[in-house]
Amino acid sequence: MAEEVKLFGMWASPFSRRVELALKLKGIPYEYIEEDLSNKSPSLLKYNPIHKKVPLLVHKEKPLAESLVILEYLDETWKNNPILPQDPYERAMARFWAKFIDEKLLPTAAKVSHSTGKEQEQGVEEVHQQLKILENELKGKEFFAGQSIGYLDIVAHVLFWFYSAGEASGVNALTTEKFPIIYEWIEKLIKIDAVNECRIPKEKHQDFIRLRRESLKSASK
Amino acid sequence: MAEEVKVFGAWGSPFSRRVELALQLKGVQYEYIEEDVHKNKSPLLLKYNPVHKKVPVLLHNGKPIAESLVILEYIEETWKGNPILPEDPYDRAMARFWAKFIDEKCLPAIWKAGWSPESEREKPVEEACECLKTLESALGGKRFFGGDKVGMVDIAANFIGYWLRLIQEVTGMELLSAEKFPELFKWTDEFVSCSVVKGSLPPRDKLLAFFKARIAETMD
Repeated sequence: MAEEVKLFGMWASPFSRRVELALKLKGIPYEYIEEDLSNKSPSLLKYNPIHKKVPLLVHKEKPLAESLVILEYLDETWKNNPILPQDPYERAMARFWAKFIDEKLLPTAAKVSHSTGKEQEQGVEEVHQQLKILENELKGKEFFAGQSIGYLDIVAHVLFWFYSAGEASGVNALTTEKFPIIYEWIEKLIKIDAVNECRIPKEKHQDFIRLRRESLKSASK
Repeated sequence: MAEEVKVFGAWGSPFSRRVELALQLKGVQYEYIEEDVHKNKSPLLLKYNPVHKKVPVLLHNGKPIAESLVILEYIEETWKGNPILPEDPYDRAMARFWAKFIDEKCLPAIWKAGWSPESEREKPVEEACECLKTLESALGGKRFFGGDKVGMVDIAANFIGYWLRLIQEVTGMELLSAEKFPELFKWTDEFVSCSVVKGSLPPRDKLLAFFKARIAETMD
């Protein structure tokens, strides 16, 4: 049965880790294939010719790309341990905030990582505003999804990356002082086995980020 | 029980029209509120969509939802008649994939190509053509992206089905033509001739005038 589900991923990609986390939370056995993004495998390019990216899920030979699309597919195909809420309005809210994270927060954070000086300062301001808005959704709840971890927590666990990226780039937008509620949430998350299994070693990650920053700098010269 | 469904929209916005089209396809009665999005957004809109301050917003029994694709999924889950998503999970996932592709790749590329000055148009048009070519492959010989009838991907592609040809008329840019994309071009005809779709589109002359005015503004 494990051969039925394959995941093409990359250890440092939060999008790839999202799908792993969902698979683990739902107890779905899968085969993991690590991709070297500087040297993409023929299989990846064949299964995801449009975006050529990870994560890529292959179920019974049918490929699916885009982490949020994959998460919904997992929930619809394996009905146990649902990650999305049942109520349509709550589902809509979960999707809304997932989009906010992917379309607003992450691009702003990327800007902060790759910029310097005044531009970076403005970026940090923007990230703070967006994090404040997101943090609001946690108020009065154990997790974004309520009493237990769900879809939005899986999507939002990319916030772990903020901390590593912040240290590596010298600018940490996500601090305990400014965002105590998010930090509390992170503390709760890492107590969950499945989440812990998907964490990446901090130093390895920071080295990776530093290397990337350097190669981007030299590319733009 | 009288259900309260309201749509805060803008007459020329394809995103806003997506929501109206989905509601009309499912025969859901709703009240429409026109927003002046360029100059004067209403306090209600800002209250219901404080994060993005944009249209469309769907208000159902007092609860607001923003982001057109999120709204489409909500409409599908709440009003079960005339489904806009397929039943099979894989097909549903592919529909979501294509809707995302349209919003994240196609529309920005087309928009950029459309409003680039003629001298700088070549590269953006090339990129937009790549997107259209990829999107055309999703049709796979079907009448609509949704198969025999209009589905979520068709609704998401409304900009390409209607707005794009008007932009081409006004800017002289040639992106979607019968020669370059025969299947996709045919789809645009099928799409706009569909009776429910027809009723959900903004008036041609008004939209043409709007685009012409926009070009005049950017030239000054």
